[in-house]
Order: sequence, then C-alpha cells, then structure tokens
Amino acid sequence: MKKRRVFGGGEFLIADIDPEDIFTPEERTQEHQMIYQAALDFVKKEIQPDLDRMEEKDASHIRTLFEMAGELGLNSTDIPEAYGGEGMDKVSTSLVTEAIATATGASFAVAHGAHTGIGTLPIVYFGTEDQKQRYLEKLASGKWIAAYCLTEPNAGSDALNAQTTAVLSEDGTHYLLNGEKIFITNGAWADLFIVYAKVDGEKFTGFIVERTFPGVAHGAEEKKLGIKGSSTTPVVFKDCRVPVENVLFEVGQGHKIAFNVLNIGRYKLGASVVGGCKMALAEAAKYAAMREQFGKKIASFGMIKKKLADMCIRTYMAESMVYRMAAALEDLLNTKTPEERNDAALNARTIEEYAIECSIAKVFGSETLDFCVDELLQIHGGNGYTAEYPAERMYRDARINRIFEGTNEINRLVIAGTLFRRAMKGRLALPDAIQGVREQLKKGPSKTDSGVQASPLALQKRYLASSKQIFLLAAGIAADRLGMQLEKEQEVIELLADMVIMIYAVESGLLRARKILAKKGGAAGDYHAAAVKVYVNDTVAEIVSKAKQVVAFAEEKERLPRLLGAIDHLAGFQPIDTIPLRRFLADKVIKQKRYPF
Amino acid sequence: MEILVCVKRVPDTSENEITVNKDGTDIEREDLVYSVNEWDNYAVEEAIRLRDKVGGSVTVVSLGPEDAEEVVRREMAMGADKGIHLMDAAFEASDGYGIATALKAEILKGSYDLVLTGAQADDGAGQVGGMLAAMLQWPFAALVNKVEVADDGTLKVGREIAGGNQEFSEIRLPCVLSIQTGINEPRYVGIRGIRKVASVEIPVHGAADLGLSLEAVGAAAARVKRLDYFLPELGEGAEILEGTEEEIIDKLIELLKSKGGIK
Repeated sequence: MKKRRVFGGGEFLIADIDPEDIFTPEERTQEHQMIYQAALDFVKKEIQPDLDRMEEKDASHIRTLFEMAGELGLNSTDIPEAYGGEGMDKVSTSLVTEAIATATGASFAVAHGAHTGIGTLPIVYFGTEDQKQRYLEKLASGKWIAAYCLTEPNAGSDALNAQTTAVLSEDGTHYLLNGEKIFITNGAWADLFIVYAKVDGEKFTGFIVERTFPGVAHGAEEKKLGIKGSSTTPVVFKDCRVPVENVLFEVGQGHKIAFNVLNIGRYKLGASVVGGCKMALAEAAKYAAMREQFGKKIASFGMIKKKLADMCIRTYMAESMVYRMAAALEDLLNTKTPEERNDAALNARTIEEYAIECSIAKVFGSETLDFCVDELLQIHGGNGYTAEYPAERMYRDARINRIFEGTNEINRLVIAGTLFRRAMKGRLALPDAIQGVREQLKKGPSKTDSGVQASPLALQKRYLASSKQIFLLAAGIAADRLGMQLEKEQEVIELLADMVIMIYAVESGLLRARKILAKKGGAAGDYHAAAVKVYVNDTVAEIVSKAKQVVAFAEEKERLPRLLGAIDHLAGFQPIDTIPLRRFLADKVIKQKRYPF
Repeated sequence: MEILVCVKRVPDTSENEITVNKDGTDIEREDLVYSVNEWDNYAVEEAIRLRDKVGGSVTVVSLGPEDAEEVVRREMAMGADKGIHLMDAAFEASDGYGIATALKAEILKGSYDLVLTGAQADDGAGQVGGMLAAMLQWPFAALVNKVEVADDGTLKVGREIAGGNQEFSEIRLPCVLSIQTGINEPRYVGIRGIRKVASVEIPVHGAADLGLSLEAVGAAAARVKRLDYFLPELGEGAEILEGTEEEIIDKLIELLKSKGGIK
C-alpha cells in the first residue's frame, strides 16, 4: 500500500489530497478492531446496566471502574510502555475513546476522557523522566485519577488571565500556590492535578500537584444540566506547597502545555462524540421501528426517515474526519525518533501542527452530536421529553461538548486565527493559492473539467475543489479589505471558520467514500456514496452562501455584483435530488437499527 | 493438563435482530454483527482457570470460514495459549456430524486430556459436544456448571438438573464436557493480551491436513436436512405483547389480572 503523505496543518485547503493519503475507519486493523471491541465489552457489561449508580457519583464505584479499565489497558493507550502504558497509536486511542462514549452515557466518558487526556498527557508530552517515572504508572493503572485545572472564575476562555499565583520559597525547594480553579472535571476524585499558575504573578506555568500536598481542597459539586455522574467541583489551593521538581516543562512555558494538550483533548473529544452520535442513531432507529402511529411504524414516515438519514450522514462525516485526523497526528509523530518524542519543546511544535484540524474535529463533532440528540428526542415525541427514555439524558449530556475544551466560538477563532497567522508567517501558502484563484477568475471560464463525469463521485470531487476556491476567494477579500481589522470582525471570522470546517468534513467523507468505491466497488460503496452526495449537495450551497456574506461585508458595494457572480460561477452548483438517497440510507439504518458503516 | 476448547463465531444476538431470509433457507446474514458464541467463552474461561490451577496449556480451535480466525484470536487474547483454525471449502455446509468429524481428527493429532465445548451455539443444534465424545469414545458430561480436578486422573463435574438441583459426578480423563453459562465470570480481553497475540500466526488446517476425505465432511456427509426456516405462527391462546418495556409490563399486569393470575 502506498504510504500516506504527511501534510502540514491547514494544508488541506490548498492541496490536492488523494484517498490514499488519508486513513479511513475501514482500514482498522484486526488489532484495532479487537481493542474497540474490548473497550465496548467492558463498558457494556460494567457500566451500561447500571447507569443510575453512575449518575449518583458513587466514588467507590468510579474508582473500581477506573482500576478495571486500568487492568485492561484502557487508561493508557497514550502512555509509553516504558512507563506502564500500552504505547498504542492514536487510532487505538480514538477507538477506545469512542467505544467508551458509545455505551456508557456521557458521564463516565467525560471522567475517563479528562483522566486519560488532559489529565495524563501533559506528563506524557511535557514531563521530565523523573515525573514520568513517578506518575504515569499510577495513572495508567487507574489507581490514581487525574484532573486538569485551567479554568478560573475570571479566566475561562481567556485562560491566560489566570489569577492563581506561584511563589518560589526562599530556600528554592518549592512553590507556594494560591488560587481557585473552577469546573474541574474529576475534582472530587482526583489524586493528581495539572495546575496552571503564574510564577511571580506573570510567568504562566504548569505544575503537577498531588492531592496530598498541603493546601489542596475541593469544593461542592456543581449542580449540572447533564453528565451528572461526573464530578465537577472547584479546587482551591491555599499556600499549597509544590516541590520545584513538580514544575511541568519550564517556568513561563505553561501556555505551550495548556494549548497543545487542549489540541489533543479536542480531537479526542471528536472521537468521543462520534460514539455518542452512534448511540443516538441506534436509539432513534430502535424507537422509530417500534413506535406505531396511524397504524404504521413511524420509521415508515418520510420526515422520520429524513431525520435518521441526516443523523447517519453527519455522523459519517464526523467519524471520517476524526480517524483521518488521528492517523495524521500519528503519522506526524512517527516522523520523530524515540529520543525526539521525549523532547517537550519538539512535542509542543508537533502537536501544534494540527491545531486547526483538532478544533475542527471538536466543533463539527460536538455540533453533530447536538444535532443527533435533538433529532433523537424529536423522534420520541412526548416520550423523549420524559426521563423514561434515554433520549432525555442524552440530550442534556450532549450540551457540554460545545462548551468545554474551548467553546466552539473560541475554537472557530482558533481555526481562522491560526490559518491567517500561518499564512502571514509564510508557513502556509495561502496567499499564493488566493492569487491562483484570482488569476483563474481573470482568465475567465476554463471549465475543462466540466462534463468529466466518468468516475463515481466526480461531481462531488469538483464541488470540493470549487469550495476550496470559493473559500480562498472570500478569505483573500476579507484579508485585503479588512486587514488587521479582520480579527475584530468576529462574524466574518465565524463565517470563514465555518467554511473551513465544512470543507474538511466534505473532504474527509469524500476521500473515504472514494477509497471504498475504488477498493470494493458498487454495493458496499453505494451507502458511502449516498452519504457523501447528500452532504456535499447540502454543504456546497451553504459554503456559497457564507462566502457571499463575507464578500458582502468586506467588499466595496460597486464590486459586489461581479464578485457574487464569480462565486456562483466557481461553484457551478446544481442541486441534486437527495430524497431517494436519504431514504436509501434511512432504510439501511432502520433495518440494522444502528449506525450502518 | 492439555485442554482443547472448541469455539464458534456466531451472529451476536444482543446486537442483531435475527430474521429469516427471503427464500426461507437460512437467517438473513447480511449486515450481521458476529462475536464468539457465549457458551464457548465460558468454556475458555474455565479452561484458563484449570490451566492456571494445575498447569498445562489451553488451545482453542474453531471451524469456519476466514472470519472464524477472529474468535480464535480473541480467545487467545483472553488467555488461551494456542489457536487452530479449521478451514477448507470441503467443510462448508457441514452439519453437527461433519463438524464433530473434523474436530475429532484435529483432537487425535494432539494429545489432549480434556476437550470443552459450549453447551450449544446460538446458531446451532447443540449436537457437537456429544457427537464428538461418541466419536472419540470418551466419557461425556453435558451442561456442566462446575469442574474440579481430583488427584487420580478424574474430574468432579457438577451439572444443573431439574428443579435447580445440582448433580455431581466423577468423570475419567480424557473426556469431553459441554459447558453451561454461569459456570464462571469470563474475564475481559485487555489491550496487553490483544497486543500479545496480534501478530501470532494461527495455523490453518484443511481436510487433507486432518486426513479426511472430502466425503467425510461438508454437504456430502450432512445427515441433517434443513427443510424450512420460518417464524412460528401465532398459535391459539398465544399473544405477543408490543410496545415499550413499560407498556408491555402494564399490559401483562392487566392480562394476568383479567385471567385471575394475580389479584
């Protein structure tokens, strides 16, 4: 098999990427499949049958579950073998994350995700040898639970505005931490906290704080809308003595840990919500196939079918992008030697590479999950509004995903901001690509490829290419006309970020479906192709609309008619009939009563 | 003790709704999710426990098409030492007799003290364990829910009998036991176990390797003819309650009340 090319972050917007360049869920190895199944078996037998106990935040129950997960290796796919972990690839990590979220309800998934992700990874990527030796095995075994303390009452999205301070003792042996962190997942249970504080009130720094250090206390549990089985508390540090050996990475370099670990947390959140989406679709299909109205199963009604199809299609795109992203990160990490992988500064740069894609996976995934649980509840009608059915809990549980690990608004700023910053630094050849589109427009129509419809999904391939051109055109206009002001025009940033997200979703699904069609052909590929055709059809229209809004805001009025026309011309968009395609997919979902891919 | 456990890959009844195919010749197999037969998983767990107690090794064997290898590997990840995959076009359409014939040939190639099977398979007729013992002329106990090793080359086996009573018997080794669910709590498969077996080569044995003629197995040797598959018709006095769990419970209570079953 041809080796996948390694692309830079954001490069998908300007590069021509082949199906062979991405990993797809169908390429899971037998080992991957067994790992997914092992995680699923565990949560289905240990957690699913007694979700109520989970929802009561029974600490001893939680500890037992973490230790069982530890024995099975489910806490440590990201921890190297040398420190008691399994040292698996990112696809394995994603599969474990997805499996745990598929069957547990979100509470355990959130607790487990915080522990294995943002709680453990700062030490994996930024810890010293001594720190790794001291802590990773405990975290892998589940005997210790980790939490991540970044948010403060006045430092939420604006994380660097932290008020927590760290002052070096006179003898230079320890820091005294003072401050309050809030909304800390695993707050009441954690044995280890990754804490950010400002040394001398200015140098933002990460610390590893053990629960038993003097001066650590957690506050009362928050009364939350959902994920009620997870612990969320304030954590207070009062003259907390932290040995200097427990400074993480370097003094004043805490932002590199905080933001890069969040990047990983974001793509992992993507994997987790894919699990939630699949569960929502399965529940919806089961209910629709059972519930009768007007003497018929409601699954036979067109509007219900459309809902099931749309849940399925969007989940397909989310799944495609998450596993593409996980493998890409793994490929990038694999270009480093084992020694380099112990280099914290290099790790920061490596993880930062896919900041854009990680944010995309987070935003697209969490919004897909919200869409899915909303339709799940709607399909249940009045029953869905009662706690008798899982729809009600899933609806509440899903909501947090758009908020934590950086709100979706912050992540949209990250997506667009990172793109423009890299373009300005010359790291991403966005300006050249923008120039290319302008020149093509000047030259006028050169649609040599129109009419080339020989291969399946050729039309969708063309729409993807034109979507990228449309984005480049709009981004170029926004950058030129608004200049430094662009950063302040958040509505424009949002429109541009949305376009980037949709392009990544379309491309991930399209490349996956093309790969299946090329390898397996007809029957097997038909469902993939149907999902992609519907999604592309709906999305291109949206991309066109968003690009026009950007241009309408940024461009001078007299130039608008020509530019809006140029966008239509680039799109060359003709809607297709998606109703039969949606019914085709919905029937498959109803027959299998689960996500059919 | 050298233990062989016979395992089967079956449609997972907790994941699939089983329906009859259009021709009525089989169940609808398209889109099914498969897993290891539940009874077999208990048998493997019991074998691992016996091995850990008295030493020896556990081998798992499965007869079936290419995908059957999955369950062999899974049970190895769980803790079995070796795996064998019996696969041959000649095995296709074997009934219980054909499967037992192939398993017998494989067993005689080795030197096993104990052979375990599940009490039945989700998609089978519960025949293989008994037939295998008969062909081997080994002692057999069915529906075993307790196994203890005695010092004198015998096992003490428990079986659940009518009325929830327990029966204990002594059985000479080598023997065949068919294992009932509930005999133990099968362990989960962990990632370490999976990694250990991920690249282990599982030997594949065909009819020729087992010294079997093509007439001894497969459709040619099958003594069971499947005449038809159908869902039983709703009989007199039978009623299937539909609705959500809650609705079904309410209806059931009403019914029992109306028939005087409960007051």
